[in-house]
Amino acid sequence: MSLHFIEVENLARRFPQPGRKPPVTVFEHVNFNIEKGEFICIIGHSGCGKSTILNVLAGLDSPSEGEFVMDGKEVSGPSRDRGVIFQNHSLLPWRSALGNVSFAVGARWPEWSRKKVREHSRSYLEMVGLANAENKKPSELSGGMRQRVGIARAFAIEPKLLLMDEPFGALDALTRGVIQEELLQIWGRTHQTVFMITHDVDEAILLADRVLLMTNGPDARIAESVVIDIPRPRDRSAIHQHPEYYTIRNHLVDFLITRSKTLQGRVGGPGQQPRTVNPVKGTGVPERGSTPRVVGGTG
Amino acid sequence: MASLNVRAAILSVLFLVLFLGAWQLATAPPGAPEHELTELELLMGLGAGSGGGMPAPTQVFSLAWEELSLAFHDGGPNDKGIGLQLMYSVGRVLAGFALAVVVAVPLGFLIGMSPVLNKALNPYIQVLKPISPLAWMPLALFTIQDAATSAIFVIFICSIWPMLVNTAFGVASVKRDWLNVARTLELSNLRTALFVILPAAAPTILTGMRISIGISWLVIVAAEMLVGGTGIGYYVWNEWNNLDIAAVIFAIVMIGIVGMLLDAVLAQAGHFLRYQE
Repeated sequence: MSLHFIEVENLARRFPQPGRKPPVTVFEHVNFNIEKGEFICIIGHSGCGKSTILNVLAGLDSPSEGEFVMDGKEVSGPSRDRGVIFQNHSLLPWRSALGNVSFAVGARWPEWSRKKVREHSRSYLEMVGLANAENKKPSELSGGMRQRVGIARAFAIEPKLLLMDEPFGALDALTRGVIQEELLQIWGRTHQTVFMITHDVDEAILLADRVLLMTNGPDARIAESVVIDIPRPRDRSAIHQHPEYYTIRNHLVDFLITRSKTLQGRVGGPGQQPRTVNPVKGTGVPERGSTPRVVGGTG
Repeated sequence: MASLNVRAAILSVLFLVLFLGAWQLATAPPGAPEHELTELELLMGLGAGSGGGMPAPTQVFSLAWEELSLAFHDGGPNDKGIGLQLMYSVGRVLAGFALAVVVAVPLGFLIGMSPVLNKALNPYIQVLKPISPLAWMPLALFTIQDAATSAIFVIFICSIWPMLVNTAFGVASVKRDWLNVARTLELSNLRTALFVILPAAAPTILTGMRISIGISWLVIVAAEMLVGGTGIGYYVWNEWNNLDIAAVIFAIVMIGIVGMLLDAVLAQAGHFLRYQE
């Protein structure tokens, strides 16, 4: 019996090299847990293997080593209890907005009547504010609206785990802010477990309960698990005035600028959890300028 | 300023009038022949008064009127209306084309989905594709022993390649993202093929069909000249043997119009299946 909703153990991804060269390790010793209803963001520089980890969780990719346990069962291959929101919306262009959502809903619950599928799908389109655009094709929607349909599609199948691969990366800053807020509202209602990749530190602080920080690749590992305990509900327009906001933000930015490089290939080990950091309380915070040789996990 | 369409239409009509005028002038009776007619020229009917034996557009029009009013007249093997002849040809094209669809689309699906099969079959496809369909005719006549069916086989063999290649390409280039959507929804292979791959590849498949039917219509004329009996190709050859050049010109125009219609039907179908990303 496992203790956590999701347990990722010793995940590694290696690519074989031609000839007799040793294989290149993108990441290894990746261990982390997610509790039910938690919102987790993962941040790291390009090439550290964030997307590969997400694809492994989605079942679209298989790791070279390690395993992934959800709800006490080891998982392999894709399944409907994990929903994915892809970076580039990946809507089927020949289907309408509603058609895209109901396609997923119909696949999730094949026993449902056509009417029930439609109504369920429509309620999720309403949730993202697209009730009036249900008959439009993706090509007739703006980038933000397309991503909203993608969000509606992923939430509509009510997955146990929702995976998002930089869902707002392709959007302009204004649209991104609006959709972040909507996502926060929907999540506040459904309390889905979410694992999300982002490049945006502010986005991570706004959305996440915990932020996993990855060192640079190759040989990337998850170095820290930073607790964001700014109380919810959070408000995007006011969150930066929260007294703890910049303490957290500086900690994350510091990591991305220096520690992601200095800790590369030097933290973690088999079975070791990333060190839990609470920048506000000052627990687990590494001393400035120090580069620990091996940092033990705090479990 | 008139709209683009109106201006283009005016210009089109103008070109037609110019062309017909030049044709009429060129075939106007030249007065007295400048020299004694040779035997060949006599045979070709050059003495008949019209310029160089080439019929004037007016002659073609009057013949067209006559032929079209008797389009579906059937007076025995050598006296069938142009409408009937065209129907025979279209019938053969559709039969051969339909057979090719039945074979090429599923096979193209398999080839598109399996890189191994794609590599394994590619050399054969590359060798078979450039063979003139008419080269198959003797083999078809020998094995099938029936002229009409052989013509259909020739259409089948020429229209299969563009559809096969296009279907395989369309299926192979379906976006990974869309397949991933299907995978995360745990769709069965059959449902993925029907609801994701088929609609995604449909425009490409239809482009292949359009190329195929175009080639079929080119080939059927030549095939019918060879097998004879019925069809627009036979009609053209028959009128050539009768030295009825006006009828040949009329038939050429009809071939063009029917070919255009066949293409337009598929273009329209493609319009429904096309999607914009």
